[in-house]
Amino acid sequence: MSQPSTITIDGQTVPFQEGQTIMEAALAANIYIPHLCYQRDLTPDGSCRLCTVTVNGRNTSACNTKAMAGQQVLNNTQELQDIRQTLTRMLFVEGDHICPGCTKTGNCQLQAVAYYVGMLSSHYHHFYSYRKIDASHPDYFIDFNRCILCELCVRASRDVDHKNVFGLSGRGRKTHLVINSPSGELADTDFAVGDKAAFICPVGAILRKRTRYTTPIGERLYDLQPINVVGDAQQIHAGAKRHGNQN
Amino acid sequence: MMNLETAKHPENLKRVVLEPLTRVEGHGKITLLVDDDNHVQQARLHIVEFRGFEKFIQGRPFWEIPVMVQRLCGICPVSHHLAAAKAVDMLVGARTLTPTAENLRVMLHLGQTLQSHALHFFHLSSPDLLFGFEDEITHRNILGVIADHPDIGLQGVRLRKYGQEVIRHISGKRVHGTASLPGGMNKPLTNHSRTVLLADIDQIIQWSQAAVKLAKKVYLSNPDFHQRFGYLETNMLSLIRDDGALDLYHGGLRAKDAQGQTIFDHIDYCEYQKYIQEEVKSWSYMKFPFIISKGTAEGWYRVGPLARVNNCDFITTPLAEATRQEFKFHAGGNFIHASLAYHWARMIEMLYSAERIKELLLDDVTMGEDLMAYGEKCQEGIGVVEAPRGTLFHHYQIDENDLVVKANLIVSTTNNNQAMNETVRQVAVNYLDGRSLTEGLLNHLEVAVRAYDPCLSCATHALGKMPLSVEMVNSRGDVVDSIVRSATGEIKRSG
Repeated sequence: MSQPSTITIDGQTVPFQEGQTIMEAALAANIYIPHLCYQRDLTPDGSCRLCTVTVNGRNTSACNTKAMAGQQVLNNTQELQDIRQTLTRMLFVEGDHICPGCTKTGNCQLQAVAYYVGMLSSHYHHFYSYRKIDASHPDYFIDFNRCILCELCVRASRDVDHKNVFGLSGRGRKTHLVINSPSGELADTDFAVGDKAAFICPVGAILRKRTRYTTPIGERLYDLQPINVVGDAQQIHAGAKRHGNQN
Repeated sequence: MMNLETAKHPENLKRVVLEPLTRVEGHGKITLLVDDDNHVQQARLHIVEFRGFEKFIQGRPFWEIPVMVQRLCGICPVSHHLAAAKAVDMLVGARTLTPTAENLRVMLHLGQTLQSHALHFFHLSSPDLLFGFEDEITHRNILGVIADHPDIGLQGVRLRKYGQEVIRHISGKRVHGTASLPGGMNKPLTNHSRTVLLADIDQIIQWSQAAVKLAKKVYLSNPDFHQRFGYLETNMLSLIRDDGALDLYHGGLRAKDAQGQTIFDHIDYCEYQKYIQEEVKSWSYMKFPFIISKGTAEGWYRVGPLARVNNCDFITTPLAEATRQEFKFHAGGNFIHASLAYHWARMIEMLYSAERIKELLLDDVTMGEDLMAYGEKCQEGIGVVEAPRGTLFHHYQIDENDLVVKANLIVSTTNNNQAMNETVRQVAVNYLDGRSLTEGLLNHLEVAVRAYDPCLSCATHALGKMPLSVEMVNSRGDVVDSIVRSATGEIKRSG
């Protein structure tokens, strides 16, 4: 029987199966690589770049780079953490990520990643962009000001829900989330409570109406343990326990 | 008293600016216009902050409001949280909360009142009251109190800590937690929290009793001065319980005139706009509310501890009620109008808060788990509470998609705007008029404002060491006198 193929991550030997990405191999070995646009069941997008790792001396995104035998991967280094912190800061200033007033606080993956990479301030000037909220849907509202263009909702709606409710439009810094409906409003789509896209948003952009702040401080996902221990925010959907908490 | 709001010929007067005010919450300034003989011709209190909350919550979902608007303040965020929560309760049709949720909200509010009143009396005002208004400035602060009266100073610190612990046990954090949801609360009180809070409550009540005695003793130690300082005869406005009892969380609106005669009583606060309007003046960012039936000239009023203790028929807790009766007895059953009596009334309320917290902790209803009420959604909600500094109005309208389209907040300090201005004028005329200015004399103005415990809309606190520069300029524009207080509290005089 042949030996399983392995890579090393920060010196630790990590086995992988043929076809797995570095991210998948790392997660299987309980090694946390920061990420926002990656989700286990969806095709990797590689857009947030937070999972940047150094593979044999070159930086690449772990979520869409295949693991190959003998790779030497650096993940938890100061240089990479600095890069991730810079990326996280840029995400914060581009949108309206004011944690104290956001309903996702404590359960937000962006916030948790910011803590993980040691971000203590935004550093850069805020864009203060204003994008109108879409509250037309009876059960959900979209706060475009908080969208980080991770495309998780786009992929979930298209590939899992088979509804194609969301899309990205524009180019460069003008790229923005759009709703695929004649009016451009969520109410004119068949988006529904049970959709995977309804609870996949890692930030506070797609939120269930009227069910906010239901989890007390101290019991929220990232109150208890950091994201490198707890994992992605979407998991709490399954663990929702009080007052119909969905996020 | 002569009208000192606007001088007839301001162009030839010297301008004295007291900025920033210290030992108050937020940023404000006082300006005086004096003639060449140092006679005061104009005195104004300005609130120089602009917060804009009413505007930027427009377009936000209504369930965010209680958590978002509490960021107005770091001292009394719970008041904003609860006033907004009551308004949002209306939006979701939850006109009556479950008994447990109601108890938890009241206890949260009382914890905040206790900590806020302790903060104001001990940290901010006791240096003036214990050492005198013209005491050495480097000594006239909470550190001086702790050095000279360690028992009093530390009791103040611990009283405040207890109030904040009540808040933390209910809302998860001492400042800016989350507790209220539209129609209820997000968690029950645990047995552990109840045990921890009950362990200290008797001591807190005892210290609160001592605080009332201290406030009374200070007030009566120099009765002529304390009664005359900042004395104004005004209308008084507060919430009142159905049976006339003091209630800080819920009730109808009661307004009485300076003689204690009823102007209106037990008014549903949802109709506040029929009884109260706000006047805009060009020289202040803060509006001037008044009672419509009495007009702008006669209709301004005071709110807060003095108004509440004057207005109520009784207090439900025995120790606080006994102190209220002493308070009323002092004035022969009439209203007490002296501005410095605010401190006495404030401590009576702190005692009430401590006693009531104990009652709620011992009430098994508080420990229930039925926390949410539901109803038919509507598009307009109004919530009013008695914040530590006075009556606080939150009023919201939402559209069919649950987004806020209109918000109106009348905060406690706004209600006291005209009264604080009039108090400043009275003190300016009586203590500064015709005299050479000193830091101690200027502190008289700050003491007058401080009595109201104004929350100038933010969480910035200064403990008497904020930089202060005052210049006196004569009618030719020459600086004839100036005093500079550095950030370390050092005073330098030039000119």
